[in-house]
Amino acid sequence: MSWLPLDTWIVVTGALCAAACALLGNFLVLRKMSMMGDAISHAVLPGLAIAFLLTGSRSSIAMFIGAALVGVMTAVFTQWIGKFGNVERGASMGIVFTTLFALGLLLIVKGADHVDLDPGCVLYGALELTPLDPGFTLSGFGLTLTVPRATAVLSGIFLLNLGCILLFYKELKISSFDPELATTLGIDARWMHYLLMTLVAITAVAAFEAVGSIIVIAMLIVPAASAYLLTHRLSTMILLSLVFGVAAAVLGHISAITVPHWFGFSDTSTSGMMAVVSGVLFGLVVLLSPNQGLLFRSRRTGKAG
Amino acid sequence: MDWEQIISVLFLRDYNTRLVVFSTLLLGVTCGIMGGFLLLRKRSLMGDTLSHATLPGIVGLFLAGVFLGNDGKSFMLLLVGAAVTGLLGCWLVLFIREHTRLKDDAAMGIVLSVFFGAGVALLGMAQTLPEGSAAGLESFIYGKTASMVATDFQILVVVSLLVLGISILLFKEFKLLCFDETFARSLGFSTRWLDVLMLGLVTAVTVAGLQAVGLILIIAFLITPAAAARFWTEKLERMLILSSILGGLSGWIGASLSALLPRMPAGAVIVLVAAGFFVFSMLFGTARGVLLRYRQHRELRFLVSRQHLLRALFEILEGQQSGVDELEVTPVPYEEVRITRTWTDRALNKTLAHAFRDGLVKTRPTDDTILLSSRGLEEAAKVTRNHRLWELYLIEFADIATSRVDRGADRVEHVLGEELVQALEAKLQTYRWDEQVLVPASPHPIAGGVAPSTEATP
Repeated sequence: MSWLPLDTWIVVTGALCAAACALLGNFLVLRKMSMMGDAISHAVLPGLAIAFLLTGSRSSIAMFIGAALVGVMTAVFTQWIGKFGNVERGASMGIVFTTLFALGLLLIVKGADHVDLDPGCVLYGALELTPLDPGFTLSGFGLTLTVPRATAVLSGIFLLNLGCILLFYKELKISSFDPELATTLGIDARWMHYLLMTLVAITAVAAFEAVGSIIVIAMLIVPAASAYLLTHRLSTMILLSLVFGVAAAVLGHISAITVPHWFGFSDTSTSGMMAVVSGVLFGLVVLLSPNQGLLFRSRRTGKAG
Repeated sequence: MDWEQIISVLFLRDYNTRLVVFSTLLLGVTCGIMGGFLLLRKRSLMGDTLSHATLPGIVGLFLAGVFLGNDGKSFMLLLVGAAVTGLLGCWLVLFIREHTRLKDDAAMGIVLSVFFGAGVALLGMAQTLPEGSAAGLESFIYGKTASMVATDFQILVVVSLLVLGISILLFKEFKLLCFDETFARSLGFSTRWLDVLMLGLVTAVTVAGLQAVGLILIIAFLITPAAAARFWTEKLERMLILSSILGGLSGWIGASLSALLPRMPAGAVIVLVAAGFFVFSMLFGTARGVLLRYRQHRELRFLVSRQHLLRALFEILEGQQSGVDELEVTPVPYEEVRITRTWTDRALNKTLAHAFRDGLVKTRPTDDTILLSSRGLEEAAKVTRNHRLWELYLIEFADIATSRVDRGADRVEHVLGEELVQALEAKLQTYRWDEQVLVPASPHPIAGGVAPSTEATP
């Protein structure tokens, strides 16, 4: 295994993405909306198609705005169908994202078939390629540092999420646990919901474009779910989810460049391995968690019997 | 597009159209049934999880096949791989749900993302194979509806018949599992195995359909028809039948449209047709539709508002003429009625207009006074009587009241029963007769400064 500066950038970018997603994931898990990341990843297609058809270019800014708008719409429609139609949240989410995806597919086939707008290419970046796209150069103290564009974008997103969560910590917390109490305290739980959904949409879309969708879907759920099993305090849960996210990025990349060699293959996708490692970490938590771990529980019940 | 073409599509003369229409119709029917169960189990997104969870199985068995020396792209082999990781995913969802504090949504999300990640990682390895034969593996789960082959159809028929047969055989057990898991367990059913079996059937449909019609259509087929059917009925049997009809119809209409119009991918058109059915059902559904509930809500508000008006008028008259045996209808100033509760002028005028239309008051809403008609007085007496009996009931029988008060009855005797009403009436010391309607005195001071009759309380 040889470690290059390239690898450091991949890990840093992956960790930033994981941290940005894990922050929001805590609230998604608490609100039982874990599947939102997956829903948004399918639903943004018409946003991309419309942005492309309107501007005629594949510029990332237009695509980003289109996708983020549709991402927020996914959340809003899901909420509406749930509220007015009295439909269970998972079902309304599923209806919204499949319909939007089908609409996007139709738009692409009808309007943009002659050009190459493969959703797999436009939307989904690859984490391994991020260091090859230099964003800007920092210099100072006699050092020059070229920051890849994806890293810069994801740092911004991470800071945005962190800022919003710090600013609205109390409101988000109360409205996640007890929307009725939030209302009596004068907090508009609905606006907190939309704020969170907007952040999720922006984060997801920015990260899809920079590093690919699978990281986002996994990091929005798995680190936060692992942390949820270890603590009853929200602040501890958030910190733990960050640790799990960053650990998944570091270990994920290391296993992506080592594990395949054991079977005679060369490297594999870091994004995929990050998801796998986060899953392994989750499995360890389920088994070993001091309060609720299966291992300790079976030993305790064994003693009692 | 001409008539001949339309007729050839409608009568399925073209072999390929026939194949696609039959397959999507069949899949729609089967998914409609399974989707109904999933919806009631609040697991609609299971199709989403399952279809993503098949990827590592497909790529994994492909790699294994390559190692063992064949080209690895044996269709049945890939199908087996998909089923294996699909079932494993199901089992893990149930495991996480049972052994941790996490709910279904998180369990499904974890399995989806980790399995799909594993699939992507395996794919990354497969793509470095020198043969380059991994191409097209990923498209296995994205499927192309229009390019279906006869084998797809045969597999689909076998799986669908199997799934439909089992779900009809075990209908009673599945129904119980959907509505009352704890009760099912107390009856001695192994709910865990029923759960596994149900999800196993969903996996079978998903795997069989995935490669034929693609991921998004399978997900939509498992959710949308069932959710649409839910708006039309409260009965599981009817809902499942309707759901499978809607699923089948979406498949048939969508596939036909796609065959008729140029450049319309069948999967996307079918999803949109199903979504159309959903929106229509959500608006016009006769059991839980939005318009129906809106109308019921408005009617209830209208009724409550009218009863408030009648009671306010009755109590004002009662206060003016205390001690008489028979109330005389006199005009009541508008303002005096308005202050009895927080009426807005608009709301009160509207209520008065309705009351005038129905002949309960003789005066128009624009007049300064309000005069009850004789039928209005009778109606007002009834409303007031019911209200007071309720109050009395709540005072006297507070311990059993809570189970009955939310029934929203405007006729006390329909809820409380003849004997109880008589018992309540007997509790009251003073009776007053108004055209055969018994109105007890109010057990509490009436807002608006009218004193209660003191003899009311025993």
